[in-house]
Amino acid sequence: MSKAGSGAAAGQPLLKIQDLHKRFGLLEVLQGVDLDVARGEKVSIIGPSGSGKTTLLRCINYLEKPSAGHIYIDGTLIGEKKVGDRYVHLTDRELARERQEIGFVFQRFNLFPHLTALGNVTVAPIRVLGLSREVAELRGREMLQKVGLGHKADEYPERLSGGQQQRVAIARVLAMQPKLMLFDEATSALDPELIGEVLRVMRQLADEGATMVIVTHEIQFAGDVSDRVIFMDQGRIVEQGPPRDVLGRPSEARTREFLKHIQDR
Amino acid sequence: MSFFEILEKNGWYFFTTLLSGWPATLMVAAGALVFALVFGLIIALMRISTWKLVRWPSTAYVEFFRGTPALVQLFVIYFGFPDWGYQPTPIQAAVIGLGMNGAAYISEIYRAGIESIHRGQTEAALSLGMTPASAMQHIILPQAIRTMLPPMTNFAIVLLKDTAIVFAVGVLEVMALARQLVTETLTSAPIYLMAGAMYLCVTIPMARIAARLERQRQAWH
Repeated sequence: MSKAGSGAAAGQPLLKIQDLHKRFGLLEVLQGVDLDVARGEKVSIIGPSGSGKTTLLRCINYLEKPSAGHIYIDGTLIGEKKVGDRYVHLTDRELARERQEIGFVFQRFNLFPHLTALGNVTVAPIRVLGLSREVAELRGREMLQKVGLGHKADEYPERLSGGQQQRVAIARVLAMQPKLMLFDEATSALDPELIGEVLRVMRQLADEGATMVIVTHEIQFAGDVSDRVIFMDQGRIVEQGPPRDVLGRPSEARTREFLKHIQDR
Repeated sequence: MSFFEILEKNGWYFFTTLLSGWPATLMVAAGALVFALVFGLIIALMRISTWKLVRWPSTAYVEFFRGTPALVQLFVIYFGFPDWGYQPTPIQAAVIGLGMNGAAYISEIYRAGIESIHRGQTEAALSLGMTPASAMQHIILPQAIRTMLPPMTNFAIVLLKDTAIVFAVGVLEVMALARQLVTETLTSAPIYLMAGAMYLCVTIPMARIAARLERQRQAWH
């Protein structure tokens, strides 16, 4: 799944976030977030809506431009470069190159409706990586098989259930062989009976050693697959640690309150 | 002579004369359509740019060409361009004039089509490592085209009818020949009616196609 570290030091985190801030007008959605994620680590981010977890995730691949702070993947700055002692934004082409390494799974799938499942999974390998159609389709079919949808290769998204669409979206990300996968509430838009099939695929990826950052409301799932759970509130990381600590016996009052709220649902 | 006597006597002559105007009419319409399609896309992409400096001239362009009569624009090109050292032929002036005018309208069709595509589509394409230009080409435009086709076809119909003004810069198209016939034979109603009927023979099938596209545009395959 993840490519071999490109000459990066063994101890270096795959993802490093330094003092990240994000403002929308007067609203400061992220108020200084620091986070390291090791290669192969699974990190789940939980927290009330509006806590900034989705914004944090979107900043990692620069779908949102941070207001301040820096993000590194494998030691490489994301979205900007240092010229002298100034930071300047990357060009579209440079930014696109960095995004190839970061897979993003959206809450609303965002499959391309004009392409079949196979078309969705092959368009980026062909257009971005420059693979031939044959090679891309071979890889694409393999990825669809992996998410259990090999038989749906020629279906258009509108003919697939929500759960199937999200699995195609995951296969689409896998076909780019990213170093890091980000999941933005990947099951929140699904009917309850369809959540399981998506979580199963995510669990399988976790078992294969992918590096994953997962924003989720599925507390049970977060507890099962994560090496670390992060609780965010009001734009800050409030508490983090192994699931049994953060979810089992949280030390912060706000975490306890949130978990109680979730259980009461 | 009555209406029908005139038609009986001169009908075939009118018909063949008007028919000989169709190559010019179709050439101007097709040329202006291609011009408008290409130039209109450029204007539309400029209008949705995040850079003010790129957006501003394109907005001014659209306002200007939609806010002034096409005939005025034609005259500026045919009679005004020679002052700046370029004398277009009547056909060239007609294609450039109707093309530039059409680009202003068609850019709005493009823009509406592009903006009808959900933001998540662009985000998904970008997150896969596509550049904004590649996302536009491979993800957004292929989807937007389905929304755009019906209004584009309607636009083509309007454009075809608007070629009737280019006789004013000397193009020998259907309308110009109709006017010549009128001065020649001193009859008008039968000639103009015949010319109108000829336009209908082209525009009605086009409208049918537009209606069919409209009905099909919801389905993806």
